[in-house]
Amino acid sequence: MTSTASHPPAPAAAPRPSTSPAVVVRHVNKAFRIPHQQYHTLKERALHPFRKNTYDELRAVDDVDFEVSEGEFFGIVGRNGSGKSTLLKCLAGIYDVDSGDLHVRGRLSPFIELGVGFNMDLTARDNVMINAIMLGLTRQQARERFDDIIAFGGLEDFLDLKLKNYSSGMIVRLAFSVAIQVDAEVLLIDEVLAVGDAAFQQKCFAEFHRLKDEGRTILFVTHDMSAVERFCDRAVLLEKGKMVALGEPYTIARRYNELNFGRTVHELPEDGGEDEGRFGDQSAAEIVEAWFENGAGERVGDLAHGELCRVCMRVRFHETVEHPVFGFTLRNDVGATIFGAHSDMTIGPTGVFAPDGEAVARFEFQNWLVASTYLLTPSIARHGPGADAYDLRTDIAQLIVHGGFYTGGVTNLPHTFEVKSA
Amino acid sequence: MSARDVAPSSALATPGSRRRNNGPSAFGDDLRRFWNLTLTLAATDFKLRYFGSVLGYFWSLARPLLFFGVLYAFFTQVLRLGAGIPHYPVYLLGSIVLWTFFTETTGGCVQCLLAREGLLRKMRFPRLVIPLSVALTALFNLGTNFVAVLAFAFASGVEISWTWLELLPLIALMATLAVGIGMLLSALYVRFRDIQPIWDVLQQILFYGSPIIYVTTLVGEKAGIRWQHALVTLNPIATILTQMRHAFVDGAAPTAAAAAGGTGRLAIPLAIIAAMFALGLWFFNREAPRIAENL
Repeated sequence: MTSTASHPPAPAAAPRPSTSPAVVVRHVNKAFRIPHQQYHTLKERALHPFRKNTYDELRAVDDVDFEVSEGEFFGIVGRNGSGKSTLLKCLAGIYDVDSGDLHVRGRLSPFIELGVGFNMDLTARDNVMINAIMLGLTRQQARERFDDIIAFGGLEDFLDLKLKNYSSGMIVRLAFSVAIQVDAEVLLIDEVLAVGDAAFQQKCFAEFHRLKDEGRTILFVTHDMSAVERFCDRAVLLEKGKMVALGEPYTIARRYNELNFGRTVHELPEDGGEDEGRFGDQSAAEIVEAWFENGAGERVGDLAHGELCRVCMRVRFHETVEHPVFGFTLRNDVGATIFGAHSDMTIGPTGVFAPDGEAVARFEFQNWLVASTYLLTPSIARHGPGADAYDLRTDIAQLIVHGGFYTGGVTNLPHTFEVKSA
Repeated sequence: MSARDVAPSSALATPGSRRRNNGPSAFGDDLRRFWNLTLTLAATDFKLRYFGSVLGYFWSLARPLLFFGVLYAFFTQVLRLGAGIPHYPVYLLGSIVLWTFFTETTGGCVQCLLAREGLLRKMRFPRLVIPLSVALTALFNLGTNFVAVLAFAFASGVEISWTWLELLPLIALMATLAVGIGMLLSALYVRFRDIQPIWDVLQQILFYGSPIIYVTTLVGEKAGIRWQHALVTLNPIATILTQMRHAFVDGAAPTAAAAAGGTGRLAIPLAIIAAMFALGLWFFNREAPRIAENL
């Protein structure tokens, strides 16, 4: 990982001097009992008075121990079922812990789920009041902040509309606006940013930054490593309830990707002939596999921003093929094509290949892509005008890029800045 | 590891400013918020009931009134039960309205935690708020229903008296009993789902075991036992309704103390009410931290 040092460093600002931690988690354990047979009625209980209650114990949170300083933006990441949400629920005071200590200083605004207690049969006006009170405001405070809440959500025109007539996005906006107006010192955020349109998301992040600048502490649970790298000061990685790593978001994101995909190439599953994304008859040539390599020539599933990246494919020929055109297309997670390259543009004629021969094509570039997931579509086509593909396989390999600044676009080009008073 | 052990390492310099996160509990740590939440939940339910339909208020009155109509027609016209009882219809309506309050509270409490599962699993708030808000909603309904009772009492020519004020402590006693039972039922239901049918049956028994369609003075003597005394002594609802009859409907009717056979005996129903409340509170408080995960 040395190659990344010279490139834009991960935005991991050092945590502020922790005079007094806002959240302290000390050796917290939380287990759920999963009974083999659950007695839900008195009758069942009475019929089997002597049957022993056997159960499995699921250790959802296992000896987790960390501190979050005041004003820190702290990420909690992990795969599904790693205990993130249980931990957050313990922090929010919804679940009791089995052992260990949790301290939260100040008022807590849990965004465990937005709009808890919203009633679809009431108007937005009533729901805002109820939700604000649920989150800990008094009636007086709720009334005072009412206008701000509505203004933030941009819902002035729909005040007296019943919530059942709202679009789902509007409900989320309303809920978020309420939650943000409850001045909590500690905010718990559980993947709520996935909802809402782009403009509102941007507004939310801006709001988080404002809150952070005001010295609020934010605990952020997510799967989205690019968000972790963009916003968090530090993060903790959980796996099966245990703390795997704690540190800079860049490192955590990398560990997370390793956990998910191992160190090997990630190839999307493929079942024989019924490949929907496969085009061409493969009679003359077929693409056997495609993968990503790092600068050292190792197959990888993830790469740091700024590293050398090689895109590779192995082709087997069934007939004699003259000067076939090798092509690569990279698409990002939303399906937009980021980049494409063909051998005839770059090197021209590729040579003649005999039946049963194989070839490996490599395309190399400096990875200036922003942190995201990218999918590779390799192709091999007949030489000449027109797209007459022998074989084209859509999205058969995946690469996760991490690190680097979020630029708002799809790339982060090496650049310099100059400002001079003229 | 206790909070004390951690103190030196995590700079717990000002213990007062730091809240130990105890997880969920019955009461929480902020009484004001507790009350705000209870009131908000109850007011929302009440509002939904009244404004959800065009004839909202009418519907909520219709149930006790129709019940009253049926019972009244049957017992006065068919059984000729109310013949010797002054203002029997007023007593019948009053007791039905109080009984409705009792069943709305207890019956509503049984499933109330399950109905609010979304809140319980997603937010930290004092758990007791939920059964209490059910009771509060029922109390609002009692208030609106009592308007009808008062109108009916005027129309029937019941004399207005200072003793009507006794209704307030009587309702308070009824509420204490109902909330006590409600807390117990709601916490039990989390563990045992057949509390619902069990309570339905018990409620039926209690309906006929309380002087709602009859009055205590009609309960006679048999096998050497003064059943009237036993009823008023052992069933707090009978005690409350008997006193209600004396204070509200007919000053000549015996007081609860007289019907019980001595003022001292009133200690028993009062103790039962207090014990039910204490039991309910103790059990609910014990179960509160685990309600969210046991649901």
